[in-house]
Amino acid sequence: MLRGLAWAAALIWPWAGAHADPSPARVVSINLCTDQLAMLIADTGQLVSVSHLATDPRSSAMVEQARAYPANSGLAEEIYLMQPDLVLAGEYGANATVDMLRRLDVPVLRFEQAYSLDDVRARMIQMGEVLGRQDRAAELVDRFDARLGDFQAEIAARPRAALYYANGYTLGDKSLAGQILTRAGFDNVAADIGYEGGGVLPLELLAMNIPDAVVTGQPYPGASRSEEIMDHPVVSVLRRQSATASVTDSDWVCGTPFVLDAVSQMTDLRQSLTADRP
Amino acid sequence: MTRLGLILSLLVLALFGAALVVGPASIGPVDSIVALIGGDGGASTLVVREIRLPRAILAALIGAGLGMAGAAMQGYLRNPLADPGLIGISGASALGAVIALQTGLAVQSGIGLPLAALTGALIGVLLVLALAGPRGSSLTLILAGIAISALAGALTSLVLNLSPNPFAANEIVFWMMGSLADRSMAHVWIAFPLILAGTVMLATLTRGLDALTLGEDAAEAMGLRLNRMRMILILGTATVVAGSTAVAGAIGFIGLVVPHILRPLVGARPGRLLWASALGGAAMLLASDLAVRILLPARDLKLGVVTALVGAPLFLHLIHRTRREGL
Repeated sequence: MLRGLAWAAALIWPWAGAHADPSPARVVSINLCTDQLAMLIADTGQLVSVSHLATDPRSSAMVEQARAYPANSGLAEEIYLMQPDLVLAGEYGANATVDMLRRLDVPVLRFEQAYSLDDVRARMIQMGEVLGRQDRAAELVDRFDARLGDFQAEIAARPRAALYYANGYTLGDKSLAGQILTRAGFDNVAADIGYEGGGVLPLELLAMNIPDAVVTGQPYPGASRSEEIMDHPVVSVLRRQSATASVTDSDWVCGTPFVLDAVSQMTDLRQSLTADRP
Repeated sequence: MTRLGLILSLLVLALFGAALVVGPASIGPVDSIVALIGGDGGASTLVVREIRLPRAILAALIGAGLGMAGAAMQGYLRNPLADPGLIGISGASALGAVIALQTGLAVQSGIGLPLAALTGALIGVLLVLALAGPRGSSLTLILAGIAISALAGALTSLVLNLSPNPFAANEIVFWMMGSLADRSMAHVWIAFPLILAGTVMLATLTRGLDALTLGEDAAEAMGLRLNRMRMILILGTATVVAGSTAVAGAIGFIGLVVPHILRPLVGARPGRLLWASALGGAAMLLASDLAVRILLPARDLKLGVVTALVGAPLFLHLIHRTRREGL
């Protein structure tokens, strides 16, 4: 109980808590994005378990590293038995689990989602503070900043791109994927039409706006009608680029340094698009 | 007939035209038609030819098929409650389609999906008719239909829940309610041959259905082969339903509502009702799909919601009347 109170205090005054308390020794992560940040930043032996999604190549950029940790499926019962002194969760979801863990006096810290590249930086610093590994986090942030600087150079023409996922879902500027596009030198068609965050973009509107590139999601195994829209003749006509170059993968999912790989992938696409033009 | 046929045809034409003109992309009516016929290869041509045209064709085709199948079943069984959606044939066909999609059969071969939908529909219609008996009373027919619907629905949900695809489970509602959103010409080519073959089969029943109104004995005395009629009815209905369900999910109530509304207008002749119901069904589904697009454009409201809102009250009325007449 005391331990719980101490951690509750630490959550309210995170900096004061970080100084007053020793770093957590047994950390369990139940969210794909905190999984990856924790694996990047935690000390050896500090991270006890990551979520099972961390080993799914479709959503995780750190499959190999994640195999070294026992996987959890985010259920309160199994988390409690791991006797963590800190549980890392995402901003949304897992509400029942988080409530139950808090009732059992297990401290839970919810990490906010990253909506921009600045947010990615902030989450790395935050994770460093939470785990008492500020130096490691600062090292990652320095590398992040240096690599990000490389993308600032030449952007002569900004082609127009649209993100197009299952069910015709698209993302505007207030999203990590939207920011990746913009940073790579594209104009986001969805943002031009007026989408801020995410929303369904009717196929007709996509066609009327004639983007230079349509970036779609990775199809899952098995079939679904939701994903059929990405193979619709209209999308095929608009996607003149090779399919592999314009598919979002696990680098796009979470606010981790891997988003820079996505920026790099999109920069290559942009350069190949502008090179084709007279 | 000719005047009714003319009115219905004009209605279908008008609704078809409206379906080409209405959509989230604001292309004026004249521009839409110009883009369809002229085709400069620009964005509006793409929208009208690849998005709106297949949707309109599918609505007309599927509506016509389901309307005709409903009229034929009602005529043959002499039971106003017979409708392919209501008695579980659509549900069984959706199960076949879902199995083909999730096992990869649909990807391996182009005819995998329609063939599986047809198999499902055939099993469904055979089961219902076997359960309800040759002259199925209203009660047994509906009970058998509920049983098949429930079973097919449960199995469809099970298959979709077991799918490795995270989107599949959310699509249970599509397979149960039906939708034409974002269909393409590829889907038209799946549905068209099946619905055409099915309606041709059903169309051969017109004279037989008229003769049947005199009673089975009289009809047989006139040289009617009931077993053969029954076979054609089963095959035709299953083929039409399979073509519709494979691409648009199970759309209910068209086959129930349309023949019921048109029956008084054709003078209680089931043969004539077949053609009228085909036109009426096309009009009803085109109108429903327009309603879906105009009322909640961004939400992909399911077609089954609209058809059920129109059809269910009528169904209740039919049950009430059936009970009053003591059938």
